[in-house]
Amino acid sequence: MAKIKKTIKTIKVDADKCNGCRGCEIICSSFHATPKYSSVNPARSRIQIIRHPLKDIWLPVFAGEYAPAECMGRDKYVIDGKEYEECAFCRAVCPSRDLFKEPDSGLPLKCDMCEGEEEGPLCVRWCLNNVLTYEEREEEVEEQAEMAEMEIGLESLINKYGLGKVADTVARMTQKN
Amino acid sequence: MRYAETGYNLEIDLATGNIERVETDPKMTELHLGGLGTSVKLHWDRVPPETKAFDPENLLIFSSGILNGTPAFSANRTVVTFYSPQSDLLAYPMMGGFWSAELKYAGYDKVIFRNKSPKWVYIWINNDKVEIRDAEHLKGRGALETQDLVRKELNQPNAQVAAIGLAGENKCFTASIEQSRSSASRLGGGAVMGDKKIKAVAVRGTKDVNLARGAEFMEHMKGVMEYINFRNTNPIQDVMTILSGIGSPQEMVHTDEKWHTENFMWGNARTRRRGFWDEHISKEWPRVQKEGIKRLISCFNCPQHCGALISYKDTPRYMAKCFGKLTYAMAAYVDNMDFAWRTLQRATEYGMDSFSTPQIIAFGIELYEAGILTDNDFKGAPTDKEGRFVWLLDRVARREGIGDVLADGVYYAARKIGNGAEAFDHNTIKKHEQLPLKLSTLDPLYFLMYSTNEKISITQIEGNWPQAAFPTAEQRERFVKDWPQLPDEKWKQILLEWEPRGEKGIPYFPTPDMCSEIVDWMEMLHNIDDACCVCAGMSSFCLKPPYHIHNYPKIISAATGLDLDEAGLKKIVNRSRNLHRALNNRRGMTRADEKPPADHWKRRFPELEEELLSTYYKFKGWNNNGIPTRERLEELDLGYVAEDLEKRGILKDGKN
Repeated sequence: MAKIKKTIKTIKVDADKCNGCRGCEIICSSFHATPKYSSVNPARSRIQIIRHPLKDIWLPVFAGEYAPAECMGRDKYVIDGKEYEECAFCRAVCPSRDLFKEPDSGLPLKCDMCEGEEEGPLCVRWCLNNVLTYEEREEEVEEQAEMAEMEIGLESLINKYGLGKVADTVARMTQKN
Repeated sequence: MRYAETGYNLEIDLATGNIERVETDPKMTELHLGGLGTSVKLHWDRVPPETKAFDPENLLIFSSGILNGTPAFSANRTVVTFYSPQSDLLAYPMMGGFWSAELKYAGYDKVIFRNKSPKWVYIWINNDKVEIRDAEHLKGRGALETQDLVRKELNQPNAQVAAIGLAGENKCFTASIEQSRSSASRLGGGAVMGDKKIKAVAVRGTKDVNLARGAEFMEHMKGVMEYINFRNTNPIQDVMTILSGIGSPQEMVHTDEKWHTENFMWGNARTRRRGFWDEHISKEWPRVQKEGIKRLISCFNCPQHCGALISYKDTPRYMAKCFGKLTYAMAAYVDNMDFAWRTLQRATEYGMDSFSTPQIIAFGIELYEAGILTDNDFKGAPTDKEGRFVWLLDRVARREGIGDVLADGVYYAARKIGNGAEAFDHNTIKKHEQLPLKLSTLDPLYFLMYSTNEKISITQIEGNWPQAAFPTAEQRERFVKDWPQLPDEKWKQILLEWEPRGEKGIPYFPTPDMCSEIVDWMEMLHNIDDACCVCAGMSSFCLKPPYHIHNYPKIISAATGLDLDEAGLKKIVNRSRNLHRALNNRRGMTRADEKPPADHWKRRFPELEEELLSTYYKFKGWNNNGIPTRERLEELDLGYVAEDLEKRGILKDGKN
């Protein structure tokens, strides 16, 4: 497939500068409220600070893709004398933890880089300690065919039930007809 | 829908285990806003004035303020109110940290405790689920240690926990309530919590806090943010470093302690050590301070760095803030910061106020050196000053031997010990230990703040007005040029005229009339902060702060939907302040109690002092005995208070 250029939007996290205030969580949840700024609830924030104050761990993590199943990762990393769970760095909305799920419905949350905000993500602007830096860079990626609506639907069914079950079901329905 | 507040309080009866979620009256928000304001009202309405600190009827209220949980920068204080075992008045120590916002997200504005639990418990508030849980296994555990143990037991790493240590369990009058990097320290909140057998209160919330006019609110916050950035990059000139910035004193950031160590008193607020910060110390103390600080940290939604994670040698980790880094070493006359870091850790786990406690221990050691306490009282104590100080700290926290007497604080201990000990009680007001500062000439502004404020602690009353006159005209011009926080332009002239000495200097200038207005302004701002639970470090406690009387009404209006202007907001906090005063009057406080520490100033002016008090009382609408008049109370819709005070004979014919 052909290579195409794509703009990648990222936020660089300098966790050493974090003073642990959670201002990013507040502004994120408030920006994404409907109507905008009508409420605040850090549990709805798409950025969360993993906090272990006495271990000197303050780690901002952004909500990424929805993962239908847990992965195998349970490793531990010791960095600069501090022990982190592998999961600490993971952005996935995953069944193994409550992170990045709407508290009422359990639906997954995902960072959208505050789409529509001309000045970039709010968490970056409201962190006065410069922990977060918004960066855009161009990357060459494989061109991927756009999935059709039905394919998206099927993929989610396959994710949930497995390809075998979905294929069996389609086959059974074909026979009935 | 309720805005900014949740509209619900949690009522917990510890004797019966009954827990209720009670909707609050929106009228109370209009009248008293929230935080300290609405808590004072609850104490007035529900606790009889005869109630003592350790009576079951004494309410212990943990309250958030109207702006906690909103995006308002630095709105992170929790105000804890109770009748104090030490002052016997309504105390309201506050803590920063993360607790109050979490409480709001759990769906409550306040937690109100009444009666006593028969056995040790902790409270677990998880949104709508609230439990009283057994805490017998946590008894004896450190105040900081307990917070992590509770989180672990609940498997809730994001729960915020306020806990007491051994000092609270033993009802020491200087027992604090510790939470994260913060503590509600003064006047024995930890003791009342211990008396009710509450080891900890843990909270986790995942609900929304609503804003009435969110977009408008955020516009105001943008302005506040810009000003925070401006002040962080433009420290005020011509004042000492500690006063130049915003936030609570940046004691973890700053290492130059020449001013504190040479101007504050060592021991039992006793000795000034000029020349202490010499060649050796000025290198050694900053080195050890930095060695201990692992990271500079803040409270909820605050960009500052007032606190620090302390990781010092083999000492277990803890968090520290403010002046605590110096108080123990200075009280013990130890020229070594190593001792400071170690002792503060010990005291933090005990859960003790790092302002009062060191003075109490220094007082005990002074009495020993003076022969009033004897070898018998100090049996088993090490002979070196470091060892002896820590030994006595342990005795106080455990209420063992002489420690049991000292645990009631300097005032009560002095009277219990007798034999001349009373003369060593020279730094208390209303029975509470004060900042160890001794100065030469009476300062009329500080005289009024010390003597009359319900806080009973100068560090939480002063703030917006400079501590001293600027020596040169250029400096004064520079200071007044950019001063948007000032309520009235006319005051700039007072500052321009104010000289360090002479006719236009203290004690006679500012005049009693001017002092009344300036003190009233600073006090009012503190009361707004305390109703909002915004950190005074971003408002009333520092020079040229981001929050002030001109932007507060707009911010509060956008958050709550109440349409407040400056006059409206002032009226609310005046109402709460007068109710607080009346409540303390009802508990016996009068003009006779309104005194600064006995030897705070070398040069006193008894006539002027009486004039200052009388002028200020009159300005406030209080009678000559310091009691709000009927007229004043009625103006503030507090007619029912006047009636109560009259019925009790505290207010006679509405005036005297």
